[in-house]
Amino acid sequence: MGMFILRRVGVMLLTALCLTFIVFFMTNLYPNLEKLAKTQGNFRMSDEAVVSYLTREGYTAPLSVKYGRWLGVVPNHVYTDEDGKTTGKCIREGVNTAETAPKYCGVLQLEWGYSTVFKGDAGEIIFKRLGLTGWLALGAFAVMIPVALIIGVLAGMREGSRMDRTLSTFSIASSATPEYVSGVIFIAVFASSSFGLKWFKGSATSAMEDFTWANITLPIATIALYGVGYVARMTRASMAEVMTAQYIRTARLKGVSFGNIVIKHALRNALIAPFTVIMLQFPYLLTGVVITETLFNYKGFGWMLVQAASNNDIDLLLGGSVVAVVVVLLTQLISDIGYVFLNPRIRIS
Amino acid sequence: MEPLTWTGALGTFLNPIFTVTLLSLALAVVGYLVLNFIENAQLAFGGPTSPPQQMQNSAVLLTTILPLVVLTLLLTAIYLLAGIVLPYGAAGIVGELGVRMLPVWIALAATFYLSITYKRRLGLYGKLFDSPIGMIGFMIVMFWVFTAIFVEMNLILTHDPLAQVSGMKNKLPGTPLRGAEDGDYAHYLLGGDNLARDVFSRVVKGSQVVLIIAPAATLFAFMVGITLGLPAGYFGGKLDTVISFMANLVLAFPVILLFFLLVTPEIRAAGIQIPGTDYIWRVPTILASILFLFPLVFFVVLFDSRYFTEPAKRNLYVGLTVLIGGYIYLGMAWDADPFGIISIDGGVLIVFVSVVFVNSPTVFRIVRGLVLDIKTRDYVAAGQTRGEGPWYIMLWEILPNARGPLIVDFCLRIGYTTILLGTLGFFGLGLSSESPDWGTTINSGRRLLSVFPHPAIVPAIALMSLVLGLNLLADGLREESLKD
Repeated sequence: MGMFILRRVGVMLLTALCLTFIVFFMTNLYPNLEKLAKTQGNFRMSDEAVVSYLTREGYTAPLSVKYGRWLGVVPNHVYTDEDGKTTGKCIREGVNTAETAPKYCGVLQLEWGYSTVFKGDAGEIIFKRLGLTGWLALGAFAVMIPVALIIGVLAGMREGSRMDRTLSTFSIASSATPEYVSGVIFIAVFASSSFGLKWFKGSATSAMEDFTWANITLPIATIALYGVGYVARMTRASMAEVMTAQYIRTARLKGVSFGNIVIKHALRNALIAPFTVIMLQFPYLLTGVVITETLFNYKGFGWMLVQAASNNDIDLLLGGSVVAVVVVLLTQLISDIGYVFLNPRIRIS
Repeated sequence: MEPLTWTGALGTFLNPIFTVTLLSLALAVVGYLVLNFIENAQLAFGGPTSPPQQMQNSAVLLTTILPLVVLTLLLTAIYLLAGIVLPYGAAGIVGELGVRMLPVWIALAATFYLSITYKRRLGLYGKLFDSPIGMIGFMIVMFWVFTAIFVEMNLILTHDPLAQVSGMKNKLPGTPLRGAEDGDYAHYLLGGDNLARDVFSRVVKGSQVVLIIAPAATLFAFMVGITLGLPAGYFGGKLDTVISFMANLVLAFPVILLFFLLVTPEIRAAGIQIPGTDYIWRVPTILASILFLFPLVFFVVLFDSRYFTEPAKRNLYVGLTVLIGGYIYLGMAWDADPFGIISIDGGVLIVFVSVVFVNSPTVFRIVRGLVLDIKTRDYVAAGQTRGEGPWYIMLWEILPNARGPLIVDFCLRIGYTTILLGTLGFFGLGLSSESPDWGTTINSGRRLLSVFPHPAIVPAIALMSLVLGLNLLADGLREESLKD
């Protein structure tokens, strides 16, 4: 088991390195840097001015050196202009000077860099936004998982029955409704003046300070709806498979009531597969969060990623992708380990 | 010109009947579900004491549902088709929509009539017509396919989807066209959007964009996934480890982040300058030239492994593949078609390529899993004993036996690709902001959503219905293919 986890963590680190390098490569393509220089300076910058800006900020170094700097394994970029003033990533006025500033200044030293869009420390911004998104995601999961599991178990316990058909059709319909469709329909029906039902608010900006029934219901419903269908279908398939197992037939022949069979015998084994699926839902949740936060103007992690990407805010984008990739890989790891623990057949052998 | 109401003059006496029917249908269905649930629970948890005839409560209600469904469908059909016999405008917006869609109804009716008549001779496709779910799904999908076809033949559009008419900005459905001349269609059937364009025409025109890109991109993703998944599963070892690692890399990458990084004007401008020339190898072209090579390789290997004992045939097939495929490849990936017929707009190309790129690792995993399962079968061992080459076994023995799950996944994946395309449009990435595709239209409509919802709702429902149709179709196909 220890070896297994160790190997998985190793692969995970390698994957994270590869992925951040890809993001790094893409954000550091010359047209992107040019755009960054122009948004930081002005849009009528001459080509020479762009080059001098990029040199000052250290963007003209070779890609591997820049990546090493960002990681914190290569000494940081410092630039001394004609007046003898030295600037660099970790040199901050009033805090330290060029001499006392740390030489290595990267992610490994927990320095996430400077966000050019929000004008602040990228690390702080990311964790603040992540906290906001955490609440939204928590709400969405708290709705999605119980609903999906109940639908899946009810549909799967009698495969082919009318209840199964109805609930399966519902879950198919829900997985055919992406967030931008359900969100648009929800806002139009429940928050616009044209239908007259002004039950909820079409914007969740106020939910960042304080959750109320009116401002958070629609975003949560939007995220949860798309996920419900998929998890419910997986649960149904797993439940239906378990219900055909030999030991269930034995229990039936012994005269155990159907309710007891479902709850005491079938459920535990039927929930192993959905656990994996739920864990693997996290990466998809990110897309949903980005869409929902944009649609409802909830300024969380997804909204931040959109802002960072459309302004080529390199440090923020890299930090955000590290977080996203780590979340994805961690959930994969947890799902693998959890699967081993939950499944006695694998655990014991 | 009077503004149209939803149901027109027809509605005055039909609407009350329709409302009553619909309400009673809804009540019957909800009542049935609740009763059935309670009875199921009693049966399950009440122990042996509860008498089984209690099931009859819901069964009685069930008998009323079917006539109500038939009545509802009949009334809907009257609403939609009344416009054919009634004078213009009398059947309201719904009736006029039905008239505009007339070619689609006829084509659908013909398809279903022919398919159901000959369903026993049509293999898996015919079996689809045994499953109600699959039939409904097929109907929705074919509705959009026929719409896209007839839009191309200029039968459905009421207005130019890009033309802006002054005074029609954000107008409600059924508003008469301002300053209409003879020959102009007199109304904006589903209203105008925020740039005063006709919502109905844009939505039906947008079906073309979706129905060309989504299936084509899915097909390419399948080619890539199959070409890589077959050897990875069959040979295993280091090859498998390397390809699987790369596939997992792409899968671990959050899709939305990849889109934001890949589908930007800056990326389209970036590229490698080929030394000694002025030619810049742009990022979309780099990706396209790699990804589009896979179908070519696939077909060459496919024919080569089958006919390598008959050189004349083999040379013919492989030669034809290289010639035709190479021509399309040059045009699509390199924009270097010598005759200038095939070429893809840069914005569409990067959208296409990134959608293929995102989808192919998942297909790869499915194919690999299927191969790992199938290669343990006896007929594969028999083939190996006969001395058949590995590629022949993979492409002509394993692949045909994996077709069931692959066809089902293909349908599902077209739906997923449609959702991805919508996501791209929703964030205004790739396709031009004028493009009538559904994602872009939702994006431009969402800004005024709480005041004028119709420009965003119509494409949203269109997109949902197409994906729903594809999912139902996949479900029906899976059910029918499992019956063998």
